[in-house]
Amino acid sequence: MSQVTSAETTNMGKAPSNLGQVGVIMKYTFLDYFRSRRFFILLVIALVISAILTGVIGYYRPASLMASSLGFYAGWWGMSATFVVALSGIFFGGDAISGEFQNKTGYFTLPNPVRRSSVYVGKWLASFIASTAILTIFTAITLANGLFYFGANVPYQFGESVLFAWFYLAAVLGFTFFFSSLFKSGSYSILVTAILFLFAFNLVQSLVSSLAQIEPWFLLSYGSQIIGNILTVPYPAHTAITSFGPEGRGPSFTTFNVGIPEGLMIMAVYFVVTAVLGLILFEKKEFN
Amino acid sequence: MTTRQPFIENYLPSLECQVLQDNVHSIEAVNLSKVYGSFTALSNLNLKIEGAKCVGFLGPNGAGKTTTLKMLTDLIRPSSGKALIDGINVHTHKRQALNSVGSVIETPEIYPSLTPREALGMIAELRGVKHSEKKRRIEEVVEEVRMSEWIDKRVGKFSKGMKQRICVASALLHDPSVIILDEPTTGLDPRGMSEVKDIVKSLKNKNRLIFMSSHILSEVADICDEVAIIDHGKLLVYDTLPKVTAKFSGGETVLEVGFSRPLSDGILRSTIPAISGVTSTERRDEMNVILRYNGTVTAQENILKELVKLDGGLISYRPATSALEEVYLNLISDSR
Ligand SMILES: Nc1ncnc2c1ncn2[C@@H]1O[C@H](COP(=O)(O)OP(=O)(O)O)[C@@H](O)[C@H]1O
Ligand SMILES: [Mg+2]
Repeated sequence: MSQVTSAETTNMGKAPSNLGQVGVIMKYTFLDYFRSRRFFILLVIALVISAILTGVIGYYRPASLMASSLGFYAGWWGMSATFVVALSGIFFGGDAISGEFQNKTGYFTLPNPVRRSSVYVGKWLASFIASTAILTIFTAITLANGLFYFGANVPYQFGESVLFAWFYLAAVLGFTFFFSSLFKSGSYSILVTAILFLFAFNLVQSLVSSLAQIEPWFLLSYGSQIIGNILTVPYPAHTAITSFGPEGRGPSFTTFNVGIPEGLMIMAVYFVVTAVLGLILFEKKEFN
Repeated sequence: MTTRQPFIENYLPSLECQVLQDNVHSIEAVNLSKVYGSFTALSNLNLKIEGAKCVGFLGPNGAGKTTTLKMLTDLIRPSSGKALIDGINVHTHKRQALNSVGSVIETPEIYPSLTPREALGMIAELRGVKHSEKKRRIEEVVEEVRMSEWIDKRVGKFSKGMKQRICVASALLHDPSVIILDEPTTGLDPRGMSEVKDIVKSLKNKNRLIFMSSHILSEVADICDEVAIIDHGKLLVYDTLPKVTAKFSGGETVLEVGFSRPLSDGILRSTIPAISGVTSTERRDEMNVILRYNGTVTAQENILKELVKLDGGLISYRPATSALEEVYLNLISDSR
């Protein structure tokens, strides 16, 4: 009896595992990135940055970059990699969660038997993979230029730096997702994350370290400096004291350089803390 | 052997319970409340609907309908109390509770860059619709909401009503046994309204429990078997449609009577009220009269005969659609 009735009335299937649903969300988030041209716009920006660097370096051949292959990678990659990562964070993470509220797309997805954490993780993974693709393309162009000027002699520090940039990407996306679940307006959260990553972090960092003379160990941007520092040989000293005035008796000035374990730790803590907080926020958030 | 006997005895009732759970579906609110700051959007709702039927959730704008339905689908959390579907707490066990539920709450948006086929594909995959059935099923539900020619166009270009239809399709995708709809016809043009009404009616034929909010009385009277009326976050009544109408109109039935010629005051005030069963008359305009009577269809038949005998040019004679309306308006004004 129950067989007959349930066959004509109930489900055509049972909801897949949480992991399966994470995969579904990931797949359709990708589809949305491609369709909405979000991915291509960021790709074009990364290509434009690459083209400008290629053109300027090819034309002016600045001495500091041409002296050694390490100097070349430090000059090219050390300056631009964090910028490309920050842009990825803003593009893919800025409105990831807040957009579900502002655009009301959450009303379509969430009243289904799916955990909010699965939606969060699925969207995060999609943004991480899409950003990784952009970063990989940017790395390939950097390498191509390096190979052109210095041949196959690629310093191993560049490999480490790429790896650090990838860790930084995880931390940045963790942070932008957390921020986007703080807000209910997508445009607002994009704006705030853009300001944070393009200006605010650096500004606070200079204020804290230069004026207050405190090591800014609590700032993600400080941790991210290992990406550039690793390309400086020898690795810069943790603190450097510069003194002014005759015979160095005037005011002295300390600059801080983050060490590798410290930098990795800062990124890891940022990633873990923001991922946990972001998930909790999204779980608690109400659609109203 | 001695330990087996109690085992079987214990096992049987739970088996029966299992069978029951498979067939009888329920939506239940237990002391359900939602408070925003000092404002109570829903106050201590206790409501259990079960079986295979369509229940209308009726109330004016701001009554607390959407608030209730959002708690039944875990879009918001209860301030206190519980929302249960098939006896399972929606907030604490969302995946199990919503497995057999299809819903459209407020007006959802779909990723504008996707097509209905893709958006419904996402829901089908989240729901675990079998891969072999996915394509056919998506086309079937899109056909059901009359959107077939748009199935591969991007949602971003759709009107509000078209998106609403796709949302209804998404709620039907996995052939749910419990359906929750929040004012499903708002935002649709008149043809769309009647099409969606027809879809809901056709869903009733199968063994399903449908809970549908609305502020449109005729819609509820037309589609639903039972009605729950809510205002200011409080449940005013929950019963079958005929009982609600009878209970609150004092057993009277309201008729609308139309004449082809203006009706004289004499006929209105004395002749018609003299017909047995008639309790009151009221002029609607020159040629239309609202008439109330007590009694069965036999009384109604007799009244019609007498009205024809008046030779006043009787041309129409029908139960007022306002029977429910009257109850509704009375209840709502009492609760203010
Ligand atoms: N987030 C919110 N904050 C404050 N008040 C709210 C919120 N959401 C809904 N309300 C109020 O709760 C009441 C019930 O709303 P709702 O359930 O949407 O009514 P309706 O019956 O029209 O669907 C309304 O007065 C509404 O203004
Ligand atoms: Mg509403």
